[in-house]
Amino acid sequence: MSNLSRRGILFGGTAVGAGVLLSACTSNDTGEDDKQAESQTKVGGNNAEPGKKVTIGFSAPAADHGWIAAITNNAKAQAGKYTDVTFNAVAAGKDVPEQRAALETLIQQKPDVIVLLPHDGAQMTATGRKAMEAGIPVINLDREFSEPLAYRTLIKGDNYGMGVAAGTLIGQKLKGNPNAVIAEIAGIDELPLTQDRSKGFKDALATFGLKVSNRVAAKFTVQSGQEVTTNLLQAAPKIDALWNHDDDQGVGVLAAIKQANRSEFYMVGGAGSLDAMEIIKRDDSPLKATVTYSPTMASSAISLARLVAQGKGLEDLVELQVPKLVVLQSETITKENVDKYMPLGFRS
Amino acid sequence: MTDLAKPASEAPPEPHGTDAPRKGSFWTDDATEPVRRNLGLVGVLLAIWVVGAITVPRIFLSGEGLWNNELIVLQQSAAIGVIAVGMTFVIIGGGIDLSVGALVALTSVWCTTQATQAFGPAGMVFTAILVGAIAGLVNGFLIAYGRVVAFIATLAMLVAARGLAQLISGKRTQRVNIENVGITDIAENRILGIPILVWMLLVVAAVGWVLLNRTTFGRRTFAVGGNPEAARLAGINLRRHTVALYVLSGICCGIGAVMVVAQATAGAPDHGDLYELDAIAAAIIGGTALAGGRGSIVGAILGVLVFKGITNLFIVNNLEQEYQLIVKGAIIVGAVLLQQFRIGSLPQLRKSAT
Repeated sequence: MSNLSRRGILFGGTAVGAGVLLSACTSNDTGEDDKQAESQTKVGGNNAEPGKKVTIGFSAPAADHGWIAAITNNAKAQAGKYTDVTFNAVAAGKDVPEQRAALETLIQQKPDVIVLLPHDGAQMTATGRKAMEAGIPVINLDREFSEPLAYRTLIKGDNYGMGVAAGTLIGQKLKGNPNAVIAEIAGIDELPLTQDRSKGFKDALATFGLKVSNRVAAKFTVQSGQEVTTNLLQAAPKIDALWNHDDDQGVGVLAAIKQANRSEFYMVGGAGSLDAMEIIKRDDSPLKATVTYSPTMASSAISLARLVAQGKGLEDLVELQVPKLVVLQSETITKENVDKYMPLGFRS
Repeated sequence: MTDLAKPASEAPPEPHGTDAPRKGSFWTDDATEPVRRNLGLVGVLLAIWVVGAITVPRIFLSGEGLWNNELIVLQQSAAIGVIAVGMTFVIIGGGIDLSVGALVALTSVWCTTQATQAFGPAGMVFTAILVGAIAGLVNGFLIAYGRVVAFIATLAMLVAARGLAQLISGKRTQRVNIENVGITDIAENRILGIPILVWMLLVVAAVGWVLLNRTTFGRRTFAVGGNPEAARLAGINLRRHTVALYVLSGICCGIGAVMVVAQATAGAPDHGDLYELDAIAAAIIGGTALAGGRGSIVGAILGVLVFKGITNLFIVNNLEQEYQLIVKGAIIVGAVLLQQFRIGSLPQLRKSAT
């Protein structure tokens, strides 16, 4: 046995040594994150003048991809811009029950206002209502509660509008060519947001007399994007236009396009990541445009939350209070205007 | 069970049967069974081609179209095929490795950090394989020396490795830097008209086949999985062998991760999603017994090709994905049923029942 344990020690020592060596390889710091979130904040006008001190409670799902990570970073950075705001973020964990538990704790602490991006809007509605009943206004971010009583203000992106924007762009390119091959690479098919995007795309194309001829669904991940695109390109030997719902998975989509050596089509992305914008700017791949679904909405939500808590309105509007509903416009980024949007891009 | 000794003596390729009291080993007497099963899988592949030829003649009935299409299927099978080779070893050795998908994620992230990328493509490949091997070592030690059940130990690794991958990457996608084009070239370039990814799969499968069928290590793997007690009495160091098997699986994950990174041009903590299920399914329909002691590398590779071939067939036909999931489920069940009720063994089944 002594022989064995000596070998064990040797093995263990090697493993630990290699571990130490390897751990040096985990550094990833580019110092980019802070800078990026910093550029996605905005403070100005009379609304920005310091007012009553307020505490903003914040909860969003744990980041599992670039977009959600950008949401949390943006919210934090925007709150940091105000001298009269105390930012109190609670970890929302990986699912609805965890987020619910975190929110209940937050409600006990009685912040002046809560900004909430739920895991699932419908399932978090009751919690939103509970906060409202406790006298804490809730700013519902992006994923909508199933009843308006559960939020003070809803600020969200426009999934249907995103599909419409992409469909309109492609429709204008291809109108008068009813046989055009239009492909669509969706995200996770089970999600309502994917269905809304696809419906908007279909409706917009229909106004030009066009339709989607090949549709595949990836999973918002780079790897799934690469895999379904390889197959899609194999299924369609010639494509005129392609819309990819999500720039995060777009990294894989573009890899597959390059590997298949294809470039005959006009490609539109979705969400508006920094990677996608850089590629659009370089103009050296089929990706020529992207339609936004911007995580800057988190910065705006913090601003709205502060105004709600201070009882102020939006200064350019006549009303004395913040509006109940804000839906962001899905904007179209092309080579012409990409420089303007670059500061709003997020790293996937 | 009286005729145990006789069939064992007729089955030289699987020597573990000599003193195996296990019921499953009774069926291993049929030396031609693996060949027949592999022929069955080749038959399924041919059936996929026939259906393809009828539905998409543009691709399947032109020489060039078919060649290119099959190269795509092979490239998409490459990473999971390499991982299935490691999985086959582990399962034959009586274990299971649920952590392969998470290890692909972890190694893909580890080898694409800025710090690692500074060492160039060779450094990235080295890091991937080293990280995979160490994770496999941890799995092996927990199972062999910590006496944790393989299912639990690798399940824990599945959770922890993905967490570590998220921690290292900050949950971001890590692009391969432009100067490390050597990595992405793996997915783009060809040698002698065949993609490098396919060569890698062929080499790993060939090395795996030789290791399993032509070396002492391979024979011991069959013995350890087929009858651990007999293997121990025969002087095999069970624990050390078990550790080696998980390290092997970890190394395969490292190689697979390099291939995935090359294809996706990035490392990400969500790479390798559900690869453990794909790899286990491929090994099982390839004729590897989940109880250990029996299995085939060629079968596992054919299993991967059948799965990817079906995916490809559905997509070139522009069909929805839900149907292919049902078809794949049916194939797994069919293959396992085949494993339990072998046509050639039916008379013996009757005999043993009486």
